[in-house]
Amino acid sequence: MSQVIQDKVIDEKLEWSRINADVIASMQSPRRAYWVALAVCIAMLFCAVAAEIYQYKYGMGSAGLNNPHMWDMYIATFVFWIGMSHAGTLLSAILHIIHAQWRKPIYRFAEAMTTFSLMTAGIFPMIHLGRVWNLYWVLPYVSDRGIWPNFRSPLVWDAFAISTYLSSSALFLFIGMIPDMAILRDHTTGWRKKFYGILCLGWRGDDRQWRNFRRTYMLLACFLIPLAISVHSIVSSDFAMSIMPGWHITTFPPYFVAGALYSGCAAIMTLFVALRYFFRMEEYMTLNIMEKTCKLTFAIAMVWTYLNLIEFAATWYGHNIYDKELLIDKATGPYAAVFWTMIFCGMVVPFTLCFQKLRRHMPSMLVVSILLNLGMYVERWMIVAPTLAMSHQPHQWDVLWGTVIQWAIVFGSFGWFGLLFLIFVKLFPCVSMYEVKELCFHLKHEIEEEEHEKQHAAKAKAGATAGGGASPAGNPGLEGA
Amino acid sequence: MSLKNILENFSYYRRDAEAGGHHEYEHRFAMAIDLDICTGCNACSTACYAENNLPVVGKERFEAGQAMHWLRVERYWDEIEGDYPEQGAKMIPMMCQQCGAATCEPVCPVAATYHTPDGLNAQVYNRCIGSRYCSNNCPFRVRYFNFWSYYEDSWPEPLRMQLNPDLSVRDKGVMEKCTFCIQRIRNAKDKSQREERPLVDGDIITACAQACPTDAIVFGDTMDPESRVSKAWAKHQIHRGPVTAKKQKADEEIRGYRVFDELNVDPSVMYLERVRDTEV
Repeated sequence: MSQVIQDKVIDEKLEWSRINADVIASMQSPRRAYWVALAVCIAMLFCAVAAEIYQYKYGMGSAGLNNPHMWDMYIATFVFWIGMSHAGTLLSAILHIIHAQWRKPIYRFAEAMTTFSLMTAGIFPMIHLGRVWNLYWVLPYVSDRGIWPNFRSPLVWDAFAISTYLSSSALFLFIGMIPDMAILRDHTTGWRKKFYGILCLGWRGDDRQWRNFRRTYMLLACFLIPLAISVHSIVSSDFAMSIMPGWHITTFPPYFVAGALYSGCAAIMTLFVALRYFFRMEEYMTLNIMEKTCKLTFAIAMVWTYLNLIEFAATWYGHNIYDKELLIDKATGPYAAVFWTMIFCGMVVPFTLCFQKLRRHMPSMLVVSILLNLGMYVERWMIVAPTLAMSHQPHQWDVLWGTVIQWAIVFGSFGWFGLLFLIFVKLFPCVSMYEVKELCFHLKHEIEEEEHEKQHAAKAKAGATAGGGASPAGNPGLEGA
Repeated sequence: MSLKNILENFSYYRRDAEAGGHHEYEHRFAMAIDLDICTGCNACSTACYAENNLPVVGKERFEAGQAMHWLRVERYWDEIEGDYPEQGAKMIPMMCQQCGAATCEPVCPVAATYHTPDGLNAQVYNRCIGSRYCSNNCPFRVRYFNFWSYYEDSWPEPLRMQLNPDLSVRDKGVMEKCTFCIQRIRNAKDKSQREERPLVDGDIITACAQACPTDAIVFGDTMDPESRVSKAWAKHQIHRGPVTAKKQKADEEIRGYRVFDELNVDPSVMYLERVRDTEV
């Protein structure tokens, strides 16, 4: 079997009308599991809203924060969600530019994940502010008193970076959906027809529109890649720009970007398994695609592991007493259990992705992807908390595990993300119809070409043996090509 | 600081960003604290509570680490195999060090903390939005956040009469810290201006220095070479700015040091080591 056929990520004989029908069916008539999931998400969100109202009324003390622990799980969760948002850009923009065809059936939900996890992440710096009602002071608006934000502060960079990234990734998601919106407009009735009719912006699918569309999409993809990398580098500056041991580390920007891609890929794997199962998308989200996602995740996991070990080594050999003590304390002190969980989930568990049997076994992939993300969440918390617990001033050493309010808000953020995602999959196609068609089309041609080639080669070989070395031996493909 | 101003005076702002602190100092207020004569009585801390409208947070919140003591007296014991317990704890009154190159200043997103021409690290309560980055970036951990609204609990009705009218009572969500009694500095400056004379040493005395029974805390202006604090700094060979040369430690009388001097934050508080007789 040839390489193309062996690696083919989708059955090229899928009919276009079936693709339309399957994807549209996934958007209609939600089953009971959907309503249960929706209810769970709303309940989780309600917990967080209740906790936030309490915290707003009585102050940040209700989150259990104290003098050394001015930041805690809120910031860790913020970094976690920002990290999640990078996978969508990786799949849709980076893989688009390098022409990785296999991304096509799965990039849409990954991109939705990007937008929604950014919307989740953006909430955390707000709710952790002591006076959230003055949030807009961070923005450089024109004030009659000539007061500006402090442009030297990484938190101000955060505000710029995240808002830019959120708006561009939302725009990218929307632009990529325009041809699909037109398909939906043509295949639905009632309010949906009106809704998609507005969103498809008068798409007719003529030549000029396609050419403009391709150009815009490519342009946005090129714009988004440096943006994504800069966003997480800036988030890492929140820590790297400080003077604290365990934060003031030069490798933080690449380390954070690697960690972001890592946790994002793990989240894609989780959603992949869930969508494949719930929407019966086995024909679109094939095992071959999962395999490729797993390999990508493994590669990124190794980069992350390497950067993590480098950080330990630099601390160890750097002989900065504060840094070194903190590293030893992380591994042996009160946070030891959490630290070793991070090492296990982040550095050891990815090796399961080396086994093909496991890569093609969906339930174990679900478990592995959740473990990877647990490791990544814990990693963020291991960056934020131990530094504050054991910084320069020994009088202020303190270990903190958070209160109910803090846990509720962190927990509820998953509900908020889930709610947005569940609404998305019923309103918009979570598999890109037009790109799956493109994929099938290209694949069909590739296979045809290959078969053609093979026939020629066989013919040439037959001719060569019959004619007694008419074509050079050992190079039978030459004539076919 | 309009855009035009920034563009026209770019070199000025650039220089500021590199060197930290202020460049047209009028005063540089500083302290010298002699730990040898400090008895650890906590009078300074108490005086600070009274002077600066600090809330008493109660037992639970104190234990939760949410106390608001701008000036805390830290206690450190020797290792068990050492001289414990004969010599007791070592005390060190720890307050905002008013660093010349303060790490809290560049990280505030709204510039609520900045350097004044007096060499102080000022906190503008009204501007603070409570991101708490400043406190995270403070090696001394001397910034205190209003985790709760204390107004009702700490000063029930008649007690409100005791509040110092010279400064505000902060509400929840605001960072605060030792100001070197900036209201007293203001009053002294106003007074000297009215009397048309320069500020002299002894015009300003902070609440902690005033309350100290052994006179361990000396407050003054290091730009005035005649002030007590300048003389103490010079005597113990402590200089402004980053750490450069190694100090001569030959003389036992030279006991001065600044906490975390190696971080190059240029603290304005000099401590004098406690002299202990290890032969006891």
